[in-house]
Amino acid sequence: MDKILVGLKRVVDYNVRVRVKNDGSGVETDGVKMSINPFDEIALEEALRMKERGEASEVIVISVGSTDAQQQLRTGLAMGADRAILVEAESAGGSLGVARIFKAIIDRDGIDLVMLGKQAIDDDNSQTGQMLAAIWGRPQATFASKIELDGNVATVTREVDAGLEIVEIDLPAVISVDLRMNEPRYVKLPDIMKAKKKPLEIIALADLGVDPGPEIKEVAFAPPAERERGIMVEDVAALVAALKDKGLA
Amino acid sequence: MSKILVIAEHDGSALNASVAKTVACASSIDGADIDVVVLAANAESIAAEASKLDGVARVLTVERAENAHALAAIYGPQLAMLADGYDYVLGPSTTFGKDLMPHVAALLGVNQISDIMSVDGAHTFKRPVYAGNAVLTVTAPEDQVVVATVRIASYASVGGSNSAAISSAKVSADLPSHTRFVELQSGASDRPDLQTAAKVIAGGRALGSEENFELIYKLADKLGAGVGASRAAVDAGYVSNETQVGQTGKIIAPDLYIAIGISGAIQHITGIKDAGTIVAINKDEEAPIFEVADIGLVADLFKVLPELTEALD
Repeated sequence: MDKILVGLKRVVDYNVRVRVKNDGSGVETDGVKMSINPFDEIALEEALRMKERGEASEVIVISVGSTDAQQQLRTGLAMGADRAILVEAESAGGSLGVARIFKAIIDRDGIDLVMLGKQAIDDDNSQTGQMLAAIWGRPQATFASKIELDGNVATVTREVDAGLEIVEIDLPAVISVDLRMNEPRYVKLPDIMKAKKKPLEIIALADLGVDPGPEIKEVAFAPPAERERGIMVEDVAALVAALKDKGLA
Repeated sequence: MSKILVIAEHDGSALNASVAKTVACASSIDGADIDVVVLAANAESIAAEASKLDGVARVLTVERAENAHALAAIYGPQLAMLADGYDYVLGPSTTFGKDLMPHVAALLGVNQISDIMSVDGAHTFKRPVYAGNAVLTVTAPEDQVVVATVRIASYASVGGSNSAAISSAKVSADLPSHTRFVELQSGASDRPDLQTAAKVIAGGRALGSEENFELIYKLADKLGAGVGASRAAVDAGYVSNETQVGQTGKIIAPDLYIAIGISGAIQHITGIKDAGTIVAINKDEEAPIFEVADIGLVADLFKVLPELTEALD
């Protein structure tokens, strides 16, 4: 295999307690820590391990979004990616637009494997990989926790509701990864310095000639219904009594 | 009239419980005229179950040997052809639906809506984002088919007293051979299915080992409950992946959820907050799980679990 393309989305950090803005236009992002979507980071780690084992020759990271996403791409380069692509756009119009952008890069650069997270922790959509596979006409293996490569065939273990499903797919293909695939490496300072010299290409969305497709409009954000804190009981007898009160025991 | 196509999830012989909940969502759309389509190698028993679901007008079957396993590469092109003439194509937001529906949407050239929790209008829906920390209202374009997954924890199953007509449908889609099913390694147990169980007992990292999870199983069996786990317990290898409850695992809404030795990270809470009653047992009185629990008990789980199992008859 020659090239692996890894999608990195810039999202509100995993540890931030997200708050909806008072006017319902979105969630607070001012002064909030932003990071690589954790699932995407796992995808990148796996791609880097493939390259280190000699199973791939180049790892390219890509992000679609504002100019700020360069920070996450630089982190990806510091982790070990060879080069980065930022498709600069305030909005790509949804997952279909992102999938079409990835497809345009695949056509331009010739990609053997696309890896990305199974979902982004902001919109929780879980769509881009599947959409890309559909428009590319290539296999998709979603929610992957293990990948074994043998030439141009990948055997992928998928975490599904019923257990673990094993599928065999021919490359080129799209793999979306789940949490238990690996533990991403920490970036060291010398790697950050080195990453500054690696190529980061910026492409305007308009220059790709991609139609983002019909958009699903975000009308309003609201805080979720909260559960009220209930009662505390002292011992098992009181717990059983409380359950019986509710007809649950 | 709103013509709605619901894709049936099944295991090759039985209908998955997610379908009755997806049909419930479909029924909440104005003027709903609902068809369920069963793609399978042998559809008969599955279609018979689907035809009983209240609100279903027709059950369509597409029987092909290639349909023995639910691969998006195989089901996707067929479903995209079947979608012709429908206003809505809906699937459950289980791993089956999440894998398949975006694929179908892309083939149809539209975006997809994930995890519908309520239908607010013909093209207006609510869905959770940011691990359930926000609820987003979205509108889909009015002149295009709506392709969506349904957050099944938000819907109660429709009843089963119907007898919809069953007919076979022909689809001439070319199917690829680049994606092949190998096997399913299932941790199947005799306990109730986690996603539809009325009661669920879940354990966390505090259980400390695979062996100690026996304490959870004993209590679950006493109550006839399904078994769940936190991500930490699954990562530690105490239980298998299909037990994970939360943002990246299963979203559930049992009548009773008992969280044992689970601290209650926001990613876990998002998976249980539609439960009827939440009980939390934890040694740490500061554990965030107590903020959402209806009944809390600060105690050592190794002491109280046997007591609780004994006390419940």
